[in-house]
Amino acid sequence: MHIVICIKQVPDSAQIRVHPVTNTIMRQGVPTIINPYDLFALEEALRLRDAHGGEVTVLTMGPPMAEDALRKALTYGADRAVLLTDRCFAGSDTLATSFALSRAIVRIGETFGAPDIVFAGKQTIDGDTAQVGPGIAKRLGLLQFTYVAKIGSIDVDAREITVKRRSEGGTQMLKSRLPCLVTMLEGTNEIRRGSLDDAMRAARSQIVKWSAAEAGIDDLNKCGLRGSPTVVKRVFAPTTRAEKATQIDMTDKTQHDLADELIAAIFTRQPALEHELAFDGGQ
Amino acid sequence: MSNANREAPPSAGRAGIKRELPEHFRDYRHVWVFIELERGEVHPVSFELLGEGRKLADKLGMQLAGIVLGPPGEATQHAIAEAFAYGADLVYLVEAPLLADYRNEPFTKAMTDLVNTHKPEILLLGATTLGRDLAGSVATTLLTGLTADCTELDVVDGSLAATRPTFGGSLLCTIYTLNYRPQMATVRPRVMAMPPRTDKPVGRVIRHKLSMTEEEIITKVLGFNLDRQSAKANLAYADIVVAGGLGLGSAENLQLVKNLARAIGAEYGCSRPLVQKGWMPADRQVGQTGKTIRPKLYIAAGISGAIQHRVGVEGADLIVAINTDPNAPIFDFAHLGIVTDAIRFLPALTEAFTRRLSPHSHDKLAS
Ligand SMILES: Cc1cc2nc3c(=O)[nH]c(=O)nc-3n(C[C@H](O)[C@H](O)[C@H](O)COP(=O)(O)OP(=O)(O)OC[C@H]3O[C@@H](n4cnc5c(N)ncnc54)[C@H](O)[C@@H]3O)c2cc1C
Repeated sequence: MHIVICIKQVPDSAQIRVHPVTNTIMRQGVPTIINPYDLFALEEALRLRDAHGGEVTVLTMGPPMAEDALRKALTYGADRAVLLTDRCFAGSDTLATSFALSRAIVRIGETFGAPDIVFAGKQTIDGDTAQVGPGIAKRLGLLQFTYVAKIGSIDVDAREITVKRRSEGGTQMLKSRLPCLVTMLEGTNEIRRGSLDDAMRAARSQIVKWSAAEAGIDDLNKCGLRGSPTVVKRVFAPTTRAEKATQIDMTDKTQHDLADELIAAIFTRQPALEHELAFDGGQ
Repeated sequence: MSNANREAPPSAGRAGIKRELPEHFRDYRHVWVFIELERGEVHPVSFELLGEGRKLADKLGMQLAGIVLGPPGEATQHAIAEAFAYGADLVYLVEAPLLADYRNEPFTKAMTDLVNTHKPEILLLGATTLGRDLAGSVATTLLTGLTADCTELDVVDGSLAATRPTFGGSLLCTIYTLNYRPQMATVRPRVMAMPPRTDKPVGRVIRHKLSMTEEEIITKVLGFNLDRQSAKANLAYADIVVAGGLGLGSAENLQLVKNLARAIGAEYGCSRPLVQKGWMPADRQVGQTGKTIRPKLYIAAGISGAIQHRVGVEGADLIVAINTDPNAPIFDFAHLGIVTDAIRFLPALTEAFTRRLSPHSHDKLAS
């Protein structure tokens, strides 16, 4: 079985700061990580490989430094890493990104064998769109399963797969065919620690690096800014409210007095609440 | 890479919006809202979007249409009636047994056929599991732009201006889809206010056939497990939410939050680190990567109020913050603040609420 997993290197946005005056992002020194959601998909891919045999190829599109994320994925146990990197991809929106990645997946298929499953993270923590996975599926004409909580069974010979996918009110059980694209829900599996062997192998591994041309992309109008229907017009900081919270005065009060005072303040501001609360709650 | 991550290209800069649409896009008109119907129920986000879509349609001098995709029967009829009640001028309907359960293939087909036939200017969907699954496929099939998780929609110079958080929520960006149609956007539940329901029971229904048979759909539904109602968090639509953060110090102390919630009939939630520590399930997380909530009352105990948390709770009518640190950012957007130890204060608050809300409790004890 050949599994391809798409990951993204993202800034650890917990550590991003916005310049107070210029409202620009201060990226200097912000460490990068593998998009956390992708790790659940990677883990699932590795488990499937361990259970059914085959290979896991990890793919990313990004600047040359995204190689670090790939090497990290290799330490977890991926077999092969492909970096799609080219200046022409700069500024890609989700449509352009899904185009480039889908072309690279076709190329991976031609070079290393057609994938049975393509994995992607549910969404990224920097873009948050959850659109690239479905975009790739559509581009490749693959069946798609997003928000998958569990892969039930896979029959590689019969080309069958069952998945449990999260929906608003419950879980849907689906049966479908390989090849397909799956995005995994977070928290669905325990992410492994890479072994020492894998770490050593990762350090020695050659990462396959493809430019747009090497990945077989000849239509540059579909890449980067030119291939992106959406245009970012303005980036700005959220407005802050002028007044701060009204503080309940603490001096010389017991916790019980404070509680009574807070409740009084709540009901003064929201008189209707008292009635509703007495009605619904309090039993 | 994603659109929101991209710096604005210098050429686009502050220059006006280019609006010379290619000839074949000139006849794209009207604002569409996808009415999400899953297992017989309309997701409330669809009504929130109708409210927002109404404003956009009025600004553009266009009509507002609901898109209903569902199986023949009562639930679908109900969805149509509700679309009108929440402001749709007309409904495009694809009614087919194949649309009974959500599957990507027939829904994408139905939606893209509708768009290609009737050509909307703007298409809005809820950023739910279903909406996001569908929106990505539809936009890619139509090769048009899609802006995810918008927090504000507007019309500027005749184009959809879609604003969304970026960089982990620390900034906002406004995105346009120029020269491509329709202009698509998703919005998360509870980000937009619920519009008033009117009693406008009828409108024009335009039917469209689904040109697909069951044999052509590879994916089969084997079953559906409903969430156990009791265990399911309905944070997004709760009137009162009590949430705990890392300041509570331990998983055990979360019981204090649950106790208060139970006493006042509230839902309980948490900040993200608690989910990461496994102290609470992910569906209780409030914030940018969790749920957006719009309760009448939000009580945050031991939560610092990071921007990613803030964007999920800002829609609350009244925010009460309990935090030991007077400089915690949560006091910048809370309405009422109390600088004290939540671990000691929560039990007192629970008791005081209980006393206040059940004035007859003493009588009951006496009898
Ligand atoms: C991409 C991204 C997405 C994110 N999405 C979300 C999200 O959806 N939701 C979310 O919540 N966070 C999210 N975060 C995390 C967010 O940035 C913060 O890290 C998180 O909200 C902090 O949680 P906290 O306030 O509980 O903990 P802390 O920041 O550790 O704050 C704890 C607070 O408790 C106070 N405190 C300590 N002891 C007590 C006591 N005894 N009584 C009262 N107060 C006390 C402290 O003064 C402090 O203010 C996200 C981050 C990133 C990078």
